[in-house]
Amino acid sequence: MSEYVLEMKDICKSFPGVKALDHVSLQLIPGHVHSLMGENGAGKSTLMKCLFGIYKKDSGTVIYNGEEVYIEDPFDALQRGIAMVHQELMPISDRSIAENIYCGRYPVKKVGPIEVVDHAKMNSDAQALLDDLGLPFKATDKLGTLSASQMQLCEIAKAVSADAKIIILDEPTSSLTLKEVDKLFEIIHRLTSKGCGVIYISHKMDEILKISDEVTIMRDGQYIGTWPAKELTIDTIIAKEVGRELKDLYPPKVNTPGEDIFEVKDFTSPLPRSFKDCSFSVKKGEIFGIAGLVGAQRTELMEAVYGLRSHSTGSVTFDGKELNIKCPEDAIKNGIALITEERRRTGIFGVLSISDNVAVASLNDYLKFKCMLDHKAIKEVVDKSIKELSIKTPSSKQQIKNLSGGNQQKVIISRWLAKEPDVLIMDEPTRGIDVGAKYEIYSIIGNLAKEGKTIIVISSEMPELIGICDRIMVMCEGKITGTVDGPTATQEKIMELSTKFMS
Amino acid sequence: MTQNVKKEDGKKLDVVQFLISNALIILIIASAIFVGIQNPKFFSMANIKNLLANTSVRMIIALGISGVLIMRNNDLSAGRQVGLAGCICATLLQRADYAEKVYKNLEPMNMWLVCILVMIGFALTIGIINGLVVSKLHVPAFIGTYGMQTVVYGIALIYTGAQPIGGLVPEYTDWAAGSFLNIPLLPNLAIITFAAMLLFWFLYNHTPYGKKMYAIGGNPDAAEVSGINTTKMTIISYMIAAATFALAGFMLGAKAGGTSSNLANGYELFAIAGCTIGGVSVSGGTGKVSGILVGVLVFEILKIEMTFLGIDTAWTYIVQGVVIVVAIALDIRKYIAKK
Repeated sequence: MSEYVLEMKDICKSFPGVKALDHVSLQLIPGHVHSLMGENGAGKSTLMKCLFGIYKKDSGTVIYNGEEVYIEDPFDALQRGIAMVHQELMPISDRSIAENIYCGRYPVKKVGPIEVVDHAKMNSDAQALLDDLGLPFKATDKLGTLSASQMQLCEIAKAVSADAKIIILDEPTSSLTLKEVDKLFEIIHRLTSKGCGVIYISHKMDEILKISDEVTIMRDGQYIGTWPAKELTIDTIIAKEVGRELKDLYPPKVNTPGEDIFEVKDFTSPLPRSFKDCSFSVKKGEIFGIAGLVGAQRTELMEAVYGLRSHSTGSVTFDGKELNIKCPEDAIKNGIALITEERRRTGIFGVLSISDNVAVASLNDYLKFKCMLDHKAIKEVVDKSIKELSIKTPSSKQQIKNLSGGNQQKVIISRWLAKEPDVLIMDEPTRGIDVGAKYEIYSIIGNLAKEGKTIIVISSEMPELIGICDRIMVMCEGKITGTVDGPTATQEKIMELSTKFMS
Repeated sequence: MTQNVKKEDGKKLDVVQFLISNALIILIIASAIFVGIQNPKFFSMANIKNLLANTSVRMIIALGISGVLIMRNNDLSAGRQVGLAGCICATLLQRADYAEKVYKNLEPMNMWLVCILVMIGFALTIGIINGLVVSKLHVPAFIGTYGMQTVVYGIALIYTGAQPIGGLVPEYTDWAAGSFLNIPLLPNLAIITFAAMLLFWFLYNHTPYGKKMYAIGGNPDAAEVSGINTTKMTIISYMIAAATFALAGFMLGAKAGGTSSNLANGYELFAIAGCTIGGVSVSGGTGKVSGILVGVLVFEILKIEMTFLGIDTAWTYIVQGVVIVVAIALDIRKYIAKK
């Protein structure tokens, strides 16, 4: 028996037209946290899905507990003691937390000759688990009553309850607040002290360096190497990930804000715990950031401005003219565009081509004879965006679901650029996107502002807001708590404003 | 493991891929050749004309329902709408000298005027109501249109007095039996269907309506964010469907030479199955006119084949049912994302 609980050797996996994994290796020591890093599309998730039995590897060996194994499907993986917390949550919102935790392996008891689910045991076990992990939830509550980040913690509790020897965490912190991240790290320490091996996928460098023992870096489906975490710095990781030195995380500022042009006044939600009396104005050619913790109602406020949610009072003015926005269609007509937070749920049309994904919002702008689509004109616009935003794809006919997150985001940006909006609202524009693509998206944002467009960026990454914004507005529990100048802002100042009303 | 073998042998993979992609067409051609050898009359002009005429009506219904399906909805009232439309057309096109005429003093109207009026009428009533129920009241399409199914049947019973309607003007029935320029391979019914296919192909591929339809089917939430009025689109899709069903009723009444309230009962399920076999995804967002034609043809050819082989009617039902399931299981392999 070797010192490793898991060894993956020379794993290869191809999808039609793409070699997703090319002889990748990974070795996990029990009781260690092993981080897997790389840009989007580097193959991290694919490798883990091969391990967890969601994908079948084309070649290579997996040695688990000293013997070679073939994992058939996720159920097989769980039986063997391998658990995975997915990047995209798969919650069953209408069932209780306990049922979600014990989904598929409900404790049973015998009533006469038949086995029935032992609800009492399930609920008490789940409650004990939650208490043990210090999660303040009631096991019998519906999962749907929790916020996204709380659900994520429940998902992790589920992995813990499986008594797994290996736990895979795929970007577990992307929706967690700082406090919750600490909670998560506490849980991870508890797991490793019991000898459980953790494979940790994340883009957040500081977290990786804080929590990992080893770091494996991948690039374009290739194995780059494995290093002890203490030998690495953020700069060396980035250099290895990108394969070149990346000097600056943020491009130089190119825009100069003009006069106030876009004004939101007294916006209040009809819902009691949502945004209240929000007023702000943004200048022409300005990059305006909105900071705050998860639950600060930033997304809700901007989606209401866009007409996707309702508001009980408030007005929106652009260039002195009051806009009447009741639905997204009205907002778009008035030159406002929104790139939503959840790319997969409300952004992309997975089964449609890149071309259709770009054209979908501006179809009526490309008409011949008033009714017929001008496919040639659409193709020109799409090809231009692919070139200008350097979207990596073999053709515009490719289904968008085959692209990496960063490229999908660029396609969605293209969709709105084709519409030439005056105000572009971007909600978490770089979530789940690798460093290289982030830089490109910041450059696109800068250039749009330079052209005189008004850009509003909602982000949970404070360094990002400080790096690109002219001004940053901070929200806490539905209210605006202050506005700071971008270049002189500090994370401490933003944090202070984001927790102003917190008890 | 088997995957590796296939990948090394590129040619073999291509053949397998080709067979999977065209399994249905290959099976249908093979079975047609088999039946043709058993009974050479299978390839007679009369039989082919019969096949074309049958397929024409079914294809129209499938086209109508396809738009609704692509937008992740459904329309269980399709068959009954066809039936009611057929009955209405028939009552307006009875011979003046026919004894049991429904409207005693009505002169037979121009058949094309009747066709167009009924189409518009259906779109503005049943179509709009179905659309509103599904989009505004958020009743699941499966239930909402099932309600419409029974309502429409009830109306058809009242309208016809539960009596068959015959004595149609020869102009109407002769048209359905006739061919364009008397070329047997070009029955008039098929010409209409061909025109409808062209129109739908144009609508689905070359208009904003078509693109928006695929977008809503692909991701309704993203469609709304992209400024697509999903309510309006849903209502329009049901209006187009209702107009198409009315056209099918007009054609079917003429083809049958008479109608009753039971006309076209259950046709919606054949149309849905045909669409699904033809690649209209049940989860929305995909589907092509050419695929729908293949799906509908599979059924019609199979039915005629069984008649030619002298298979008992009871058995034809069993075979049809099995074929629906097997065909979809086979064909869906093309669209299932490979893991």
